[in-house]
Amino acid sequence: MFTVRKGRLALVSAVAVGAVVALAGCASGDPLDEGTSSAGTDTIVVGSQDYYSNEIIAEIYAQALEDGGFTVDRQFRIGQREAYLPEIESGSIDVFPEYSGSLLQALEADAPGGTADEVYTALEGALPDGLRVLDRADASDQNSWTVTQAFADTYNLTDIASLTNVTEPITVGGNSELESRPYGPTTLKEKYGIEIAGFTPVEDSGGPLTVKALVDNEIQLANIYTADPNIKSNNLLALEDPDGLFFPDNVVPVVSDKVDEKAADIINAVSAELGADTLVELNAESVNDQTAATSIATDWLKEVGLVS
Amino acid sequence: MNLFADAVAWILDPANYTGPNAIPFRLLQHLIFTLVTLVIASAIAIPIGFLIGHTGRGRGLAVTTSGGLRAIPTLGLLTLVALYVGIGAGAPLVALTVLAIPPILAGAYTGFEAIDRRTVDAARAVGMSELQIVRKVEIPLGLPLLIGGLRSATLQVIATATLAAYVSNIGLGRYLFTGLKTRDYAEMLGGSILVIGLALVLEGLFVLIQRFVVPKGVTAGQIGALRNARSTSTR
Repeated sequence: MFTVRKGRLALVSAVAVGAVVALAGCASGDPLDEGTSSAGTDTIVVGSQDYYSNEIIAEIYAQALEDGGFTVDRQFRIGQREAYLPEIESGSIDVFPEYSGSLLQALEADAPGGTADEVYTALEGALPDGLRVLDRADASDQNSWTVTQAFADTYNLTDIASLTNVTEPITVGGNSELESRPYGPTTLKEKYGIEIAGFTPVEDSGGPLTVKALVDNEIQLANIYTADPNIKSNNLLALEDPDGLFFPDNVVPVVSDKVDEKAADIINAVSAELGADTLVELNAESVNDQTAATSIATDWLKEVGLVS
Repeated sequence: MNLFADAVAWILDPANYTGPNAIPFRLLQHLIFTLVTLVIASAIAIPIGFLIGHTGRGRGLAVTTSGGLRAIPTLGLLTLVALYVGIGAGAPLVALTVLAIPPILAGAYTGFEAIDRRTVDAARAVGMSELQIVRKVEIPLGLPLLIGGLRSATLQVIATATLAAYVSNIGLGRYLFTGLKTRDYAEMLGGSILVIGLALVLEGLFVLIQRFVVPKGVTAGQIGALRNARSTSTR
């Protein structure tokens, strides 16, 4: 009897100790914990989305800043825009790679579209106090209506409007929110008169499942990010968008007041080198060769001569 | 609380009862998808379970395998299968079948194992063949536990069948994904309430079935067994 009770007590204490340790671990492991802002005043906090390509860009910023003598605290893979935008606005994160059009739409739902420069100018005005954008890169990673090259050849497709040539039923595939987005199937029908036969949800944000569905011809039209190396490796074609259905999404660093002139110059130098095809190449290293973001960033910075 | 009211309002909104995304249509899809999964899983798990239960062999293997199957994350398996077979109902069907097999298998063989060996020996002694023992003794007596296994499988599948919407235009999961992605939390919560409601209805159904399938002799036996257990424990 005594041993049973003692055994139970030991079990309870073991569980309790375990729970305390686990909780303590959570407290220090939480990337959004207050602890991050307690980093020294000369430390620059670099954040990134939970998106491999965004992490590569953030890592490039971080390494370039470190090379320039700054201390960098990396807070990567902080979920999607809803999760990290309040953190940037509150000043917990100092540098964040963003995409001009999508960020503008997140800040101002009814913002008009336009060219890359127009969107960039509109974004400058839309940012809250204490935040600014540095120079935009030519590299962009934006939504697109993508088809297979074979499908495009069959119906002589070049831009979105030419989808009216298609005589077979078109099934659209993508995340479920695509169905209600301003560039979604409804707009295709109303604006261009393109008949959309159906919508199939594939909830992986234009990832491998969506690409496979396109290649297998289970869907004919999908929303895939233009910097996705899968477009090239699977012989897909992102249809041209002369009417600006999609907002231009150039890579643009959002920074806080803590980023001084010197740091800003370093990041601007990075953006100047980040050309239209560069991002696709960097992404391909991650997707096709499974290279880690840190080594992709180091190699690229050396290659373009920003870091010796 | 406000969100909850919004969700109820969403369920009651007549606009959600027409078109390709109508609630009754999604409910029916969800139900059919669940049933098909359970039929496939049963076709695999029940014969194996009966075999294990009757022969008493391979139990260790079954326990380890079904334990391993339980540990497989369904979404991961679904994605993996979908990368082979493509989008559509196939991949979720495979993933959910894998989810449903362990409880049904366990229900099938534990049902047989729970039978008093003396009963089985008696059946053998009066000249029943092995097949007759299985059919006339072991299956009826083991049925309550098998139905219990089916019940827990149903509950798991009905909740997890929302994942079917990850790669196909099927089921109540559509509301969850759409609501989450467009931040329409009334739709998301409304969809969840429908899933819960469906699960509760099927639970109720299983309670009734379980009551009907227990042979009269078994209940008598259970009371006897209970008395026996009590008397041994006080000793």
